[in-house]
Amino acid sequence: MKKLINDPLKVADELIDGLVEAYDGDCVKVGTRSIIKTEIPEGKVALLIGGGSGHEPIYHGLVGTNIADGAACGDIFAAPPPDIVLEATSAVSRGKGVLYLYGNYAGDVMNFDIGAELSSEEGIEVKTVLITDDVCSAPAKSKDQRRGIAGLVLIVKMVGAASQSVESLDELERIAKLTVLQTRSVGVSMSPGSIPATGKPTFEIDEALIGLGMGIHGEPGVSEIPMTTADDLTPQMLDLIFKDFADDSDVDELKEGDEILLFVNSLGATTMMECLICLRKAKEYLNERGILVYDTIVGPLVTCQEMTGISFSVTKLNDELKGYWDLPCESLCYTKL
Amino acid sequence: MPKESLDVSESLEMVKLLARKIIEAEPILTDADRNLGDGDHGLGMQRGMTAVLEKLESESFFDVKSIFNATGMAMMSSMGGASGALFGTLFRSGAKTLAEKPVFDASSLSDFLVAANEGVQARGGASPGDKTMIDALDPAANESIKSKNLPIDEALEAVAAAAESGRDQSKDMIAMMGRAKTLGEKSVGHPDAGACSIAIIFRAMADFANN
Repeated sequence: MKKLINDPLKVADELIDGLVEAYDGDCVKVGTRSIIKTEIPEGKVALLIGGGSGHEPIYHGLVGTNIADGAACGDIFAAPPPDIVLEATSAVSRGKGVLYLYGNYAGDVMNFDIGAELSSEEGIEVKTVLITDDVCSAPAKSKDQRRGIAGLVLIVKMVGAASQSVESLDELERIAKLTVLQTRSVGVSMSPGSIPATGKPTFEIDEALIGLGMGIHGEPGVSEIPMTTADDLTPQMLDLIFKDFADDSDVDELKEGDEILLFVNSLGATTMMECLICLRKAKEYLNERGILVYDTIVGPLVTCQEMTGISFSVTKLNDELKGYWDLPCESLCYTKL
Repeated sequence: MPKESLDVSESLEMVKLLARKIIEAEPILTDADRNLGDGDHGLGMQRGMTAVLEKLESESFFDVKSIFNATGMAMMSSMGGASGALFGTLFRSGAKTLAEKPVFDASSLSDFLVAANEGVQARGGASPGDKTMIDALDPAANESIKSKNLPIDEALEAVAAAAESGRDQSKDMIAMMGRAKTLGEKSVGHPDAGACSIAIIFRAMADFANN
């Protein structure tokens, strides 16, 4: 793989320096590897996100106006260590507590938890909500075990909007849990990305197969199916999301008249052309079922280097969530006018 | 003559020795992890212990607690990922139990290990038998309770032997945690890489106290 990098061990630090430049002053780097919004009002309940680097434009690209206040960034595909979580927490805290919102991966959970303990020793109140939208990573009855994938863009957007006006950390925690509960994703992968420092692929998959439900680092999914067309694959993926809403007794099934957000994500190398072809089929599928798409996002926002694959994410809206969605926001990863 | 306890400078030298032993063992740990995981455990531990050496050599210590605490913090900040959190938790949870006193004896060793074992199990969610670092740490902690009244050199020898035996027993276990879990029955036959690191750490501590 031809990659335009310098010292392979400095990739994470150099990309973060570039990210700060791209923000044109709206965000700064604080400490070792935290991206923090320049202006955070006093008395605001703060929203901190984060995770490993190498998945750009998330996670650190979701910091900005009316979205996340800061991100604790790890090395490539590695959780940020606790001292970075602490430095980010201190930098976003404005006296009303800090909500941690990030994908459910063992390394992230351990390091953010230690960061939360260190922060509380410094007198900062922290609560955590894990993003668990990947329906193929565990059954509905144990959905708290699920990994976090592309649905995080929809979730962080809405929780970030809510964080602008909530009165308390508890209230923001409630909203984050509600948003996670109503957001479900299914992904597929067709070929791996590579680790920048070694050039090695993150996993292996047969050329003739697609990993249905595979995670963004190549974690096992539900099955491997023969390579197929966009129009054949799209309904199979959406079926899994519909089935999951139906199987989970904590949510209502998706039915005629429901309003949803729809996000078609590329894992990196799958082109916008392919995403649009899948989006067209998805819209046809949803129309047949009478589901109303309130808003659509499409593009490579949650990536794993040059991995090929796509994911669909759906948030089922109610009036409250719609209000959070409607607020304009601006960040490197996602901007809504 | 048995050695009853270690003073601050001896404790510092002991931790530096265990750091050097882990750094030297990088190829062994890498191989162990390649059999079951993604093969990055040796490099992660090497990075962590290099940071530990830098920290211990650049700061002054007046009690044993701060030495172990600095060790845990250096591992956490330099390693990242789950193993940085777990090994950092081991040293930090253990350190919390030590009063700020200038000696390290068998009773402090036991307090340290019992708390470290509890801390790591709580952080990572693994139990004995899951084929993780706990399978060397848990027997070491249990042994330390029995050795509470021994001189430190004898206590460390008993703890190191228990950790090594736990590491060997992890060969026959089926992995229940982490990336190795997906291998199921195929994980039998190899010791867990984290358990190998624990055994190396206590062997180095015992060798230091006995020489």
